[in-house]
Amino acid sequence: MVIKVLGGGCANCKKLMENAKKAAEELGIEAHFEEVKDIEKIMSYGVMRTPALVVDEKLIFSGRVTGVEEIKEILKKEAGK
Amino acid sequence: MFFPVQKFADFVTYTVFKIPQGSKLASAVNFFIFDTIKIFILLFLIVFVITFIRSFFSPEKTREILSHKKQNIFLAHILAALLGIVTPFCSCSAVPLFIGFVEAGIPLGVTFSYLIAAPMVNEVALGLLYANFGLKIALIYVLSGEIIAIVSGILIGKLNLEKYVEDYVFKIKVGNVQIAEDKKTLNQRLKETLEFTIELIKKVWVFVVVGIGIGAFLHGYIPTGALAKIAGKNNPFAVIFATALGIPLYSNAAGIIPLVSEFRRLGVSMGTSLSFMMSVTALSLPEMILLRRVLKPKLLGIFVAIVGCGIIITGYLFNLILG
Repeated sequence: MVIKVLGGGCANCKKLMENAKKAAEELGIEAHFEEVKDIEKIMSYGVMRTPALVVDEKLIFSGRVTGVEEIKEILKKEAGK
Repeated sequence: MFFPVQKFADFVTYTVFKIPQGSKLASAVNFFIFDTIKIFILLFLIVFVITFIRSFFSPEKTREILSHKKQNIFLAHILAALLGIVTPFCSCSAVPLFIGFVEAGIPLGVTFSYLIAAPMVNEVALGLLYANFGLKIALIYVLSGEIIAIVSGILIGKLNLEKYVEDYVFKIKVGNVQIAEDKKTLNQRLKETLEFTIELIKKVWVFVVVGIGIGAFLHGYIPTGALAKIAGKNNPFAVIFATALGIPLYSNAAGIIPLVSEFRRLGVSMGTSLSFMMSVTALSLPEMILLRRVLKPKLLGIFVAIVGCGIIITGYLFNLILG
């Protein structure tokens, strides 16, 4: 699973990355994490608010930081497909 | 509504702390307790309501709406300024928003109406204004913010400044990905709204408390009207000075507004206070640094000048009307 956090590297983006890593760890999911800071790449996802979460190239949400529990739900759903 | 809060503040001040009634310390402590509780209740309610309304609007949707309104440019400006209030906006998003709008073919001026309205009409500022001064001043704040955004956007549009947008902006292709978020249930929305509200209050509470603390000190110890000479109605430069002072103070916006009611008591006029608040929220240095990535210096300068003038004019206007 490839998990990307899109954002300019502000505090919110870092927090989201942290939560995502924790969620994957708690679920025991093998994941590759990537921080996408390049504005062109961010825009290519159609995102206008940062931070945004992308799982396996699918945009999950943008413009907010979510807690570990919610990300776990998302990852479970995505992994189950 | 706040009668029980006053009761509680009196109880803590005179019964728990045993501070003699009528002393300066009692006045400061009582004010601090009452104001802190009142402001946090109102701040919570207002941020919650605005966040909830916002959960129905996204910049992606705004972009969609505005890109279909190109025929009637005036209407587009008004719509952009209105959507600026309700769409979530943090200064980190200024650059992607700008690119997204320009790429969708939304005229530069309309994009600016949105970009100006979004930080100018700030929900924390609105909440605190309502808490401190009541509905009338809060509405004046929203209305003048909207008018500045609309007029500034129209002016920027008329000046044909597209050449001062960094060239790479026009080359970026924005992907068109649907976010599944729009299909949220009401419960989900309410839960997220509550989480966001708590998160936001966690972020600003220190500033608010420090602001109220300084206000309480002034309330107890500095006589009414002490600033009337330097920042009152009779100083023609007060508004300009207040606007300039607000620019570098962005991060403390939440702390400054509780102070403003004290400034008022000390003799600072309402228009001057309004200019100060608006410049704190709308002309922030960090946001300008971000916008520099998409705007050439000349356009950035024009943007600051137009918005700055708008804020100053509002200040003078309200000094004339409200005193």
